[in-house]
Amino acid sequence: MSTEQILSSDGLPLEVSLRKAERKNKLKALFLVGPLFLFLIITYVFPIGDMLFRSIDDRKITKMLPNTFTAIEKWDGQNLPEEPVYAALYEDLAYLKKTKTYGKIIARLNYEKGGFSSLIKKTVRKLGKFEDGNYKEQFINVHKRWGQPEYLVALKNAAPNWTYAKYLKGVDLKFDQNGDIVQQPEDRRIHKILWLRTLKVAFWVTIFCFILAYPISYLLATLPMKYSNLLMICVLLPFWTSLLVRTSSWMVLLQQQGPINDLIVMLGLAANDNRPELMYNVIGTFVAMTQILLPFMVLPLYSVMKTISPSLMRAGKSLGGTPFVAFRKIYFPLTVPGIGAGSLLVFILAIGYYITPALVGGASGSLISNTIAYHMKSSLDWSFAAALGTMLLVGVLTIYWIYNKLVGIDNIKLG
Amino acid sequence: MAKNKEFVKFDNVDKSYDGKILVVKGLNLDIEEGEFVTMLGPSGSGKTTCLMMLAGFETPTHGEIYLDGKVISNIPPHKRGIGMVFQNYALFPHMTVYENLAFPLRVRKIPKDEADKKIDKALSMVSLHGFEARMPMQLSGGQQQRVAVARSLVFDPQVVLMDEPLGALDKNLRESMQYEIKHIHESIGVTVVYVTHDQTEALTMSNRIAVFNDGKVQQLSSPDELYEQPVNSFVAEFIGENNKFAGQVTDISGDKCKVKLDNGVEILANPIAVKAKGEKTKISLRPERAIIDPKDKMDNNHKGKIEEIIYHGDHTRLRVDLLGNKDFILKVPNSTARLDLKKGNELNIGWNSVDCRALDPK
Repeated sequence: MSTEQILSSDGLPLEVSLRKAERKNKLKALFLVGPLFLFLIITYVFPIGDMLFRSIDDRKITKMLPNTFTAIEKWDGQNLPEEPVYAALYEDLAYLKKTKTYGKIIARLNYEKGGFSSLIKKTVRKLGKFEDGNYKEQFINVHKRWGQPEYLVALKNAAPNWTYAKYLKGVDLKFDQNGDIVQQPEDRRIHKILWLRTLKVAFWVTIFCFILAYPISYLLATLPMKYSNLLMICVLLPFWTSLLVRTSSWMVLLQQQGPINDLIVMLGLAANDNRPELMYNVIGTFVAMTQILLPFMVLPLYSVMKTISPSLMRAGKSLGGTPFVAFRKIYFPLTVPGIGAGSLLVFILAIGYYITPALVGGASGSLISNTIAYHMKSSLDWSFAAALGTMLLVGVLTIYWIYNKLVGIDNIKLG
Repeated sequence: MAKNKEFVKFDNVDKSYDGKILVVKGLNLDIEEGEFVTMLGPSGSGKTTCLMMLAGFETPTHGEIYLDGKVISNIPPHKRGIGMVFQNYALFPHMTVYENLAFPLRVRKIPKDEADKKIDKALSMVSLHGFEARMPMQLSGGQQQRVAVARSLVFDPQVVLMDEPLGALDKNLRESMQYEIKHIHESIGVTVVYVTHDQTEALTMSNRIAVFNDGKVQQLSSPDELYEQPVNSFVAEFIGENNKFAGQVTDISGDKCKVKLDNGVEILANPIAVKAKGEKTKISLRPERAIIDPKDKMDNNHKGKIEEIIYHGDHTRLRVDLLGNKDFILKVPNSTARLDLKKGNELNIGWNSVDCRALDPK
C-alpha cells in the first residue's frame, strides 16, 4: 500500500482542503442546532441533573451543625463521646438559637430518629442557663437522652454530605442505628406495593392497548381511504382533547350513578342498590389509562401495517396457507416492530402516569407518580420525591435496555 | 393421454366492483392443459381482474370458472392449488429464500427431506443454487423475481398465474427473464396464465394470446395469427405498428373488395369485417407489407412523399404522406445497398390486397 499523501490541485493536502471546504457548512449547521442544544440543556439536562443531585444532597444540616459534625467524626460510636463533642454542640445550638433557625434541623434529625423534636426544643430552651465548661454533664442534666448513645449515633449518621437513605426509603428500607440496612417496620412498607402496582398497571394497560389497537390499526391500514380517514379522525380526536377533559369524562361515565352503571343495572348484571364501584379503584385506572394511551399504540402499529403489501397475504393464501396461517406466519411477524414500538411507548408513558390515576384511581388505584407528586406538593420532602423520580427514570432506562437486548432498538418502527 | 382442451374455462363471466360498471363482460375463455396463455391489454381492460377471479381473490358477479372440469367459485384461494407470481414479487421479507420456498410445502405437511428435494429442484430451475440462506432484501430485482417464480412452482401446482411479473425489471433483464420463463414452461409443461400490457412480452412467450379491451376478449389466437391477421381495428392498432385508412366499401366480390378512401381514391382490400357495399370501414396495413419501388405487379400502387426520416439502427422509418394519410409509416432495412432517401422525395409504394385488411370502422 502506498502511503503517499494526496494533494489537491492547489498543493494543499486533500484532507486539509476538504476540511476547509466543509468548515462553512459545519458552522452553519452548528448555528442551526445551537438554539435546540441550548434548549435541551436548560429544559432537560439541567432539571434531571438537579433531580439526581437533590436526591442525594444532605448538606443543609451539615451547614447548620458544622462544629458538632467535625468533632463527632473522631468518635467511634461505642461509649458516650468526650467533652469536645458536647462543647461543639453547644456552640452550634447557641448560634442556631440566636438566629432562630434551629427548627430546620428538628425535622431532619427526627427523620433519623424519633424523639429528637422534644430533645432539641427542650435543650434550646435551657441553653441560656448553661455555664462554661463541662458541657457533657450539663447536656445530660437538661435531657437524659443526651446520655444515650443511640441519639448521638443518629446525630453522627446525619453528618455526611451525601446520602442514599432516600433511595432506601423508596424501597421500604432504612439504616438502623448501627448503619446497617434493614427493612422498614411492617406498617410503613408502602412503596414496594406502589412500585409493584405501577408495574402491574403499566403491564396490563399495555396488553389491553395492544388487544384493542391491533384490529383498529389493521382496519386503518386496509380500509378504503374514505373510511380509513374517518376512523383515523376517531382515533386522533381524543388525542386533540385535553387530558383533563378526557379523564373527567371518564369520571362522569364511571361514577356509581353514571351511565355505565345504569346500563349494568338495566341489563340485570347488578342490583340497583349494589352498584359496582368502577371508579376510585384500580378498575378506573385501567379503563381510563387504556383509552388515553390507545393512540400511542395505534399510530406505530398503523404506520408499520401500512407498509405491508396486501399481496403478501394473497401470496400466502395462493401458496396454500389458510387465512389464519397466512396471518400468523406472514402478517403478524411483519407487525412485530410496530408492536414493539407501541408497547414500549405505552409502557413507559403508563409507568409515569400521574393525572389519570390521581383523578380516577382513588387510594387503591394510585401509582408511584402520585406519591412523587405528594412529596413534591404536600410533605415537601423534595429530596425523597427526587429519589423516587430517579428510580423511575432508571427503571425506564432498564426496560429500554432489556428491550434493546431482546428485540433490538433498530427494529422499532414509528413510521 | 389426451390433453384437456378446457383445463381452465371461463363461462360467461361478468364482474363488477361497484354495481354500476362491468369490468369484465360476458367473458368466455378456454385454456388448454399445459398451454401458455397471455392476457394482453391496456390498463383497465379487465385482464388482472380475470386473473384475480381465477386465483380466488375476487368472485365473479355472474358466470362460472372451471378448473379441470370443476366449478371453483366456492373454493377458497388456499385450496385451489394455483401458484401465483405477483407484480411486486410478494416475497416474504422476514423469511430466507429457503423459508419462502418451504412455506407452500410446510402448509401442505410435506416431510422435510422431500420438501428439501423439491426446493433444490425449483432453485436449480431458476439457477439460484446457493442462495437458500439469503434474505429477499439481499437479492437483486431479477433474483427476487426468480425466487418468486420458483416459489410459485415448488408445490407442483396445476396452474401458475403471473401478474405482470417483469414490470419492475429493466429492459435487458426483462428480455432474458422472458426466455427463462418460457423455457421453464416448456420443460415442466405447467399451464401458465400470464398477464401483461407489454405486447413484445406476450408475442415472445405465449402459445396463445387473449387481447383484452373494455372487459372483453377481442381476439384469442397464436402470436403470429394475432399480428398477421387481426380481426378488428383494436387488435390491429394494439399489436405492432399499423397504418390505417378510413373509407367506404364500394364493391365486394369474394376475397377482394374496393374501398373508396376519404380523399376519393379507390384501393383494393381484403374484406375481413365488411359484408356489403356501402359499409364504413377502416383499413389496416402493416408497415413491412408496403414495398418501395416494387418489381412485381402489386394490387395497389401509389405515390407518396417523404415527410420525415427517423434512423433506428437496424432500420430506417419513413413517415410518408400517402393517399391523404400523413402518418403512413414505412420500414426500410439498413442494408448495404441503401436507398438515397431525402425529405420531400416522391416514392412509388405498392402492396397486395391480402395484406390490406378492411376491418370495422371503430
